[in-house]
Amino acid sequence: MVESNIIRRPVLAGRSALGSSITMTVAAPATRFILRLDPASASAVGSAGGFDVSGPINSVRGSNGKLAVRLGPNEWFLIVEDGEGAALEAAIAASLGDRFHALVDVSHRNTAVLLSGENVVDVLNAGCPIDLSDAAFAPGSATRTILGKSEIVLIRPASGDGWRVECWRSFAPYVFEFLTEASR
Amino acid sequence: MSAPFRLPSGGRIDRSKPLTFTFNGQSIPAFRGDTLASALLASGKVLFGRSFKYHRPRGLLSHGSDEPNALFSVDRGPGRVDPNNRASVVDVTNGLTIETQNHWPSLDFDIGAVNDVLSPVFVSGFYYKTFMWPKSFWTKVYEPIIRAAAGLGKPPVAPDPDRYGNRHAHVDVLIAGAGPAGLAAALAAAKSGKRVVLADEQQEMGGALLHETTAEIEGKPASVWLSETLAELAGYPNVTLLPRTTVFGYYNHNHLVAIERVTDHLDRPGETIRERLWQFRAAEVVIAAGSLERPLAFADNDRPGIMLAESVRVFINRYGVLPGRQIVFATTSASAYQAAIDARKAGVDVTLVDLRTQAGPEKALAVSAGVKVMSGYTVIRSEGTKRVKALIVAPVDASGKVSGPRVRLVCDCVGMSGGWTPSVHLFSQSRGKLSFEAERDLFVPGTSVQAERSAGACRGTFDLAGALNEGFAAGAAACGSAETRNFSASPVMTGFKAVRVLPTDENPTKVKAFIDFQNDVTAKDVGLAVREGFHSIEHVKRYTTTGMASDQGKTSNMNALGIVADILQKPIPAVGTTTFRPPFTPVSFGALINLNRHGLFDPARHTPIHDWAAAQGAVFEDVGQWRRARYFPKPGEDMHAAVLRECKQTRESAGIFDASTLGKIEVVGPDAAEFMNRIYINAWTKLEPGRCRYGLMLKEDGYVFDDGVVARIAEDRFHVTTTTGGAPRVLAHMEDYLQTEWPDLKVHLTSTTEQWAVIAVQGPKARDIIAPLVDDIDLSPEAFPHMAMRSGHICGVPTRMFRVSFTGELGYEINVPADYGRAVWEAVYAAGKPHGIVPYGTETMHVLRADKGFIIVGQDTDGTQTPDDVGYGGMIAKAKPDFVGKRSLARPDCVAPGRKQLVGLLTENPQELLDEGAQIVADPNQPVPMKMLGHVTSSYPSAALGRSIAMAMVADGRNLTGKTLYITTPKGFTTAVVTGTVFFDPKGERLNG
Repeated sequence: MVESNIIRRPVLAGRSALGSSITMTVAAPATRFILRLDPASASAVGSAGGFDVSGPINSVRGSNGKLAVRLGPNEWFLIVEDGEGAALEAAIAASLGDRFHALVDVSHRNTAVLLSGENVVDVLNAGCPIDLSDAAFAPGSATRTILGKSEIVLIRPASGDGWRVECWRSFAPYVFEFLTEASR
Repeated sequence: MSAPFRLPSGGRIDRSKPLTFTFNGQSIPAFRGDTLASALLASGKVLFGRSFKYHRPRGLLSHGSDEPNALFSVDRGPGRVDPNNRASVVDVTNGLTIETQNHWPSLDFDIGAVNDVLSPVFVSGFYYKTFMWPKSFWTKVYEPIIRAAAGLGKPPVAPDPDRYGNRHAHVDVLIAGAGPAGLAAALAAAKSGKRVVLADEQQEMGGALLHETTAEIEGKPASVWLSETLAELAGYPNVTLLPRTTVFGYYNHNHLVAIERVTDHLDRPGETIRERLWQFRAAEVVIAAGSLERPLAFADNDRPGIMLAESVRVFINRYGVLPGRQIVFATTSASAYQAAIDARKAGVDVTLVDLRTQAGPEKALAVSAGVKVMSGYTVIRSEGTKRVKALIVAPVDASGKVSGPRVRLVCDCVGMSGGWTPSVHLFSQSRGKLSFEAERDLFVPGTSVQAERSAGACRGTFDLAGALNEGFAAGAAACGSAETRNFSASPVMTGFKAVRVLPTDENPTKVKAFIDFQNDVTAKDVGLAVREGFHSIEHVKRYTTTGMASDQGKTSNMNALGIVADILQKPIPAVGTTTFRPPFTPVSFGALINLNRHGLFDPARHTPIHDWAAAQGAVFEDVGQWRRARYFPKPGEDMHAAVLRECKQTRESAGIFDASTLGKIEVVGPDAAEFMNRIYINAWTKLEPGRCRYGLMLKEDGYVFDDGVVARIAEDRFHVTTTTGGAPRVLAHMEDYLQTEWPDLKVHLTSTTEQWAVIAVQGPKARDIIAPLVDDIDLSPEAFPHMAMRSGHICGVPTRMFRVSFTGELGYEINVPADYGRAVWEAVYAAGKPHGIVPYGTETMHVLRADKGFIIVGQDTDGTQTPDDVGYGGMIAKAKPDFVGKRSLARPDCVAPGRKQLVGLLTENPQELLDEGAQIVADPNQPVPMKMLGHVTSSYPSAALGRSIAMAMVADGRNLTGKTLYITTPKGFTTAVVTGTVFFDPKGERLNG
């Protein structure tokens, strides 16, 4: 193979937020998939390639650094640390066997910002119209929504006090700037 | 300057915190807690501005957000100048600079006051009547002058340096207004544990309690009850108190919008935002918006020093300011007696004139407090110009006629009250139906249409205990509880007699009794409008402009309505009430725009290669939200020169082009091919994995919707590309069909637009350039022919490589995962340098494709072209049973002869460039209107052909091949010959390099 030392250059590489009332960092590059799977199949297998697909709609289930975000009846957004994309694809396919599913690598389509701190909800609610209170959006919740004029996937993992904002890479500078401005 | 009208004690101002601000260049002392209005009154100022139309001297009418007269330009520093601030709601801060408005050369001497003398000219609708002749004068003379003279204040010119916020908030109970009813509602709701927000427009919460020095609640002075209640509410973690926050809009689904003034009350705003827009989604709403006092209409009722009676009381009790030393109250309402009593307690001389002959218990209380009460008296007019000097009053008989000699009451302040109007603005905005209580002359909330309830004075409940009880019940009900509470509170003076215009023995058509102070509309103006045939209040409003100023007629609507109803001898509901619209009070543009400024106005989408292009000096163009490199000028080159060079070099050696913005959709599943068959006009079943096809899709109407190259990655997987601008709508279109029409198909769609960076390498050297970077893909023409796709690696990273061409040259579109895009681009560019590779932009791309007659959907099509119209009819897979748009293609109109068809046009002068959009006719000498045959859709100078080329949609165009047509230019007609659309390399030999 042609020698190469090309590494991933994520869109927000090197960005940091100044004067923020929250902690905001750019997430490390990740491997991501969109998995489309019938709810019945998901219930039957429970897990696909190590991703927990047993959660209800608008939930995030995570184990061993493998986040499975359920965005709809038959749609999961799978996120794991950058690396073994091909092996994971094979593992997911193996778990699902003959069950009809669609798996698409979107590792580079998205980028993510990690938020933590007391004011995260107020900052997000500057541009996200949904109810993010603990009662309505408890840890373990996730949803596709908007932030200002960008679509985002908002993930609140069950453990830790952090939030993960995923967006398409070309919207990332906007999302980052929006969060920075809202948190000043 | 001293403050001679400041009382030695009393009020809620903080006398330990002196402040100063500048008013028309003069330094004015104030205390923390003062508004501009109270501080100016304390300094003896009463002349606050000039009126809109007649430039009459005006003072303060009110103490609150309904103020129509005292509008100031407030200067908080460079870029922070803001016109039309109501003096009564702007908190004094140190160093504010205030200017009055609408006068020249000065507030004291205003040339425009001549309008007052000329007022017979400025009757209702004067601009429709006076400026009719000569007609040509309207646009050139009258309108510019009227525009210059009209309007209040000057808009700021410098950019606003302040920042503004936005907050979406979901609440269980939103309470608008923190007067007695709102506070009681909050007490009830707080206990439920639900999320409660209490918002109030004032600096301090409390509403009328802030100036209530007489009444007691639960055995305590009102002010004590207030501070205890606020402390109690602040102790609830589920209650959010938002002072300085005006709920100004009530929209569908209990979406209420408020503006919070975050820093305007601070001396130094600091780094935080100036204002915050709150967007509430409330499960339940309690409206406790209070009520607005009605002025009385009598001659010259607008002189400075004449204000609302309750406002006199507010200035004395809340701000420790005497609005005058000799005060006359004129009233038809009991509440003015309390104001008179409080003024008397402050030590000044007070006379009260009541039109009513029968007053309630308030009369005895006032008399015993030392107020001189004159029952059964009307006000004929006021005297004084820049400050009221006297009030001329006269007795009336039982029929309401003036029945005795006039009395001149010397005064320097008049407090008037014509009763109270519930503030039903928010209720009305919620689309609730108002009901009219004729007995009390009140519009009150009737049938609700959203989850809201009104309580207190905004519902016509004016007595204190009643408002508290009602508020508590409303707060409880908003939480689903039937709990009630009986508050003990002192009785307050309520009840009024509605009188539209005070009786007078002067000719009513000669006097100016103002109804709408801000727009200078008098009672006689309203009367004239009715006599001229405007009988609906909506028409009267527009004809006279009453109620149309920025105060939205808060003080004028009921009086105007009453006058119309009286003249027409109809009940008020038959005349109607005007529609209340948001915002309740003016809102800054900054707050409405909030974060959506500068870089956040709209997301600017950049490709992974963007920064490289920018560093190369690319000129960008907007394509939707994308910024695309349009061309790469060398020093001294204009677009024309750059594009010619880019085109030439691409055809001679190679060009590199960033196609990352192309929409991409991954279609996956066993029924993928069937799905593709139904969506596109083309056939897909037989397309082998590893092969590409140009696909065309139609909407149901049979017209071209989008196009793009599609690769079959595997039996069950397609990599679809769409136009850059079409990506979202194509995905939505596909999902729509999949989810609603064909849910049985086992196939799923995923947008991969941003997963892939797309590097197009086009030109005879393309293969040579990329060959050294690729080792696991056989690039030989036999192994990797035109319209094939291979998966492998380039520069060691995974790629889906398409051998496709939008230029007519040998070409590859290299898809790599986006985070690798920049590095691979640079590697390809470096490899291409020895071969003379040139980066090119969208403009060159357009020319190169036009050389080959390839269409651009949206440029050569406009949503009314069938495939045949653009010459692509042959792509339709005839054997397919159906596809989206197939049926429409058989419509008689779609198969009728003479439809516009895409053709080429070559001008007779090869250097002449047609205008895109230019119209085409067969005969330039035919009479106007001419028969248009079509228009030019694309036109460029072609480097390859050394001449201009154009494409056009022309009626029956293909049958006109070889004919000369006439095309419009800015200088007349020019001629061009109709040709085919493929101008360059018609046999396609260059595709093979």
